[in-house]
Amino acid sequence: MKSPSFSFRAITTPFEQIPKWMIVFLGVAIWVVVIASWSAITYSGMITETFLPTPDMVVSRTLKYIQNGVLWEHTSASVQVVFIGFVLSSVVSVPLGLFMGTYRIVQAFLDPLVNFMRYLPVTSFVPLFILWIGIGIEQRVTVIIFGIFFQQLVMLADTARSVPRDLVNAAYTLGTSRAHTVFHIVLPASLPNIFDILRVTMGWAWTYLVVAELVAARSGLGYISLKAMRGFQVDVIFMAIAMIGILGLITDQGFRLLRKYAAPWAL
Amino acid sequence: MAKSRYANLRSADIVIDDVHLRYGTGPSSVLALDGISFDVKPNEFCVIVGPSGCGKSSLLYLVAGLETKTAGTITVNGKPVSDPGPERGMVFQAYTLFPWLTVAKNVEYGPKRKGYPAAERKDIVDHFLAEVGLSKFADHYPSQLSGGMKQRVAIARALANDPMVLLMDEPFGALDSQTRHTMQGLLLRVWEHSKKTVLFVTHDIEEAILLADRVLVMSGRPGQIKKEITINFDRPRNMDLVLEPDFISTKREILELLKDTDDDEH
Ligand SMILES: Nc1ncnc2c1ncn2[C@@H]1O[C@H](COP(=O)(O)OP(=O)(O)O)[C@@H](O)[C@H]1O
Ligand SMILES: [Mg+2]
Repeated sequence: MKSPSFSFRAITTPFEQIPKWMIVFLGVAIWVVVIASWSAITYSGMITETFLPTPDMVVSRTLKYIQNGVLWEHTSASVQVVFIGFVLSSVVSVPLGLFMGTYRIVQAFLDPLVNFMRYLPVTSFVPLFILWIGIGIEQRVTVIIFGIFFQQLVMLADTARSVPRDLVNAAYTLGTSRAHTVFHIVLPASLPNIFDILRVTMGWAWTYLVVAELVAARSGLGYISLKAMRGFQVDVIFMAIAMIGILGLITDQGFRLLRKYAAPWAL
Repeated sequence: MAKSRYANLRSADIVIDDVHLRYGTGPSSVLALDGISFDVKPNEFCVIVGPSGCGKSSLLYLVAGLETKTAGTITVNGKPVSDPGPERGMVFQAYTLFPWLTVAKNVEYGPKRKGYPAAERKDIVDHFLAEVGLSKFADHYPSQLSGGMKQRVAIARALANDPMVLLMDEPFGALDSQTRHTMQGLLLRVWEHSKKTVLFVTHDIEEAILLADRVLVMSGRPGQIKKEITINFDRPRNMDLVLEPDFISTKREILELLKDTDDDEH
């Protein structure tokens, strides 16, 4: 592979690679632009601090919350809920989704329910969950599971179904039994896609977590945002949003690394 | 290559008797094969040529047990075929190496399914990778190989299982002509060592004559065997054969046969 060159022609060619240093430079540049614009409109007084805090207000608030342990307390509460909900959902959806994509009989049985459930907005279930399970951690975990489980199932079944038929045929002619097909062929063949599906649905899990925390919770980043809104502490809301963004970024990279490690053959 | 204990292991005959295959039912059904009968002798290299869509792949899939016939009988080594099994190895036109396994692990797959001990599996893998000239690529993943190399591994993988017959469905169909010629030479050499019964499908007439003991020419859909041509060139053969007058006249004969009923070709 030729190494990407830096010329006007190269960087304006559709789909052409650009040099690595340029990727890093541009990645930093976007944040410089965002923070500079933010600084410009806040320090100039264009927008009052009550609605949009200055960057240094957010930074000092964050430092204070790190010192008194509040940030850690609520971040770990959120992470815990997302983690439990995501793992519970995935542990069932991965095998079930693969079976659904492999065996038409499983698909025919589950499809009507799954397709009904996945178009229902999870938020409409929240009042029901609160009635049934209260406002403890179980309620938030349930919201996350309902939010991502059926979506995971559909995507996983699709990915299993798209395993090339001749790959399975080749396995048969090499002595693979039909009963072993799911775990010996469909699972490894789908592995890169499985990690991508988990990565994407992890992002959705964060969204549903915040929804659940905004509605009914006593801890978590969504909860402190809501509390901050009542006290007009916009800087706290900013801190919480930034924290969720950073956690999202970390889990996203984590899944990319995991995929690289578990499926090194996939480019 | 020195005679190895993996050379010339076992091979069997294939008997195909009045086989019919219809895809689907009702008015939209397709009659793919219409009364196919022929035998392949043990150690024979039998090639089927025919226009695209005449049912060549269908026939191989039937022998492999990957498709179910509508009528007729197919036996391999005297046993009726019902399911796929490791005694009938197959190389497909599409690349079917397991992408999650290295080259060596792909070749090892069949022996592993059979529960062979690790030391023996290693011997087998070493032998067949050397056979196809890819020992150096043992630890590569399929995605790092060219199309020709992938098919060489696929051949090694099929042979490592010591099948009684080897079914090949246009294995070189997706390769450029240069690579295809190399592959034909390689297959001939490997086959001289293993002497498996081979049923090979192609729509490339030169390839058919070059490889075969016997060429079966099929008609357009619904597929029937139109003619059987015995190829008597001495072995081992090489590419120079293509220029021999006898080769060219055989090629002309097959071309004429295909031209007659060739209206189905796209
Ligand atoms: N699974 C299938 N369902 C319906 N028709 C099929 C199927 N597979 C093949 N056919 C049809 O059967 C005929 C023979 O196909 P095939 O065996 O692939 O031919 P060839 O390998 O000679 O090109 C073609 O007309 C094809 O469209
Ligand atoms: Mg075909």
